[in-house]
Amino acid sequence: MITFFFILIIIGSFMCLYRIMVGPTPPDRMVAIDILGILVVGICSLYAVQTGKDFYLYIAISWAILAFVGTLALAKFLEGRSFDE
Amino acid sequence: MKKKLTQFTAYFIIWLLLTWSLHFQEVMVGIVVALIATALTRDLFPDEMIKFLNPVRLLWAIFYILYLIFYIILANFDVAYRVLNPSLPIAPGIVKVKTGLKSELAKTFLANSITLTPGTLTVEVVEDNYYIHWIYISTEDPKRQKQIIIDRFEWILRRIFE
Amino acid sequence: MSNPVAIFLITVGVIFDLLGCLGLIRLPDVYNRLQAATKSVTLGTCMILFGTFLEFGFTSGGIKALICLIFVLLTSPTAAHALARGSHISGFKLWEGSKMDKLEEDKGK
Repeated sequence: MITFFFILIIIGSFMCLYRIMVGPTPPDRMVAIDILGILVVGICSLYAVQTGKDFYLYIAISWAILAFVGTLALAKFLEGRSFDE
Repeated sequence: MKKKLTQFTAYFIIWLLLTWSLHFQEVMVGIVVALIATALTRDLFPDEMIKFLNPVRLLWAIFYILYLIFYIILANFDVAYRVLNPSLPIAPGIVKVKTGLKSELAKTFLANSITLTPGTLTVEVVEDNYYIHWIYISTEDPKRQKQIIIDRFEWILRRIFE
Repeated sequence: MSNPVAIFLITVGVIFDLLGCLGLIRLPDVYNRLQAATKSVTLGTCMILFGTFLEFGFTSGGIKALICLIFVLLTSPTAAHALARGSHISGFKLWEGSKMDKLEEDKGK
């Protein structure tokens, strides 16, 4: 049952990878990176349910924070500003 | 002083939830960490957070969360309809709407809520004006646009923050 | 996996995740992709996390899933807003089928 969920969510990740590879403009790639980060949080959560161990959720929280900060950095880079402002 | 106390309590509660144990050592480390965080993030914590100490505002906030969840689920069915339809029914564009809210925190919440509800995405906020990317523009009239996008959240946010 | 409500929520969440990624492939420009992907993937992941919370109950793991849910729900629209603003400022145009662009008109003033 849960293996099937993993297969579906990994198909979704490959769609994001396709957009990162093909995406005609830089913002397209950045959007796909952002979405991939949130999908990884979901994958960690599914691992926690499958194994019954809670330390995968520590990884999920850390990953959510890092993905958010990374996306903000990419957005600032896109605006053409430095990180000091 | 009141603000600092609120801030410290909020951080301490988050620490307790994250560790989920009432062991003596955990609580002591939590108090130290919450004090350091309070000193470091004095400017980042919004002043208006103190308003949530008022129970009436807190009840409205809880109602707002339930109301928002309903619209988020509606938004997802909307996305599913547009993505699965072979003819791709979209007519996108950026529209401009004006809000009557004054408080900064309320404006932030409104912008985030707009992003999560059916077919709209906040692109830019300039003072009172929101520039919103709308996936299917159904009307060109600014008044009607405001009615569709903003009015369903504004009345509750006004009760929470003003 | 024992709780039927948790199984239902996780199933729906995974399907919404997949639909969001499909939107990332099908829709024509950055802003439309951002719309579909942000909404669907946020709710999908939040549903998976809530299912995890129901599965673990009020234990250390369950509370962590709840905190992660609140964090994702608060930060994901902010990230989408930052990306949309950045790409509009650096001058990436809307799809040619778009009806209007008020922000571009007001920029010149």
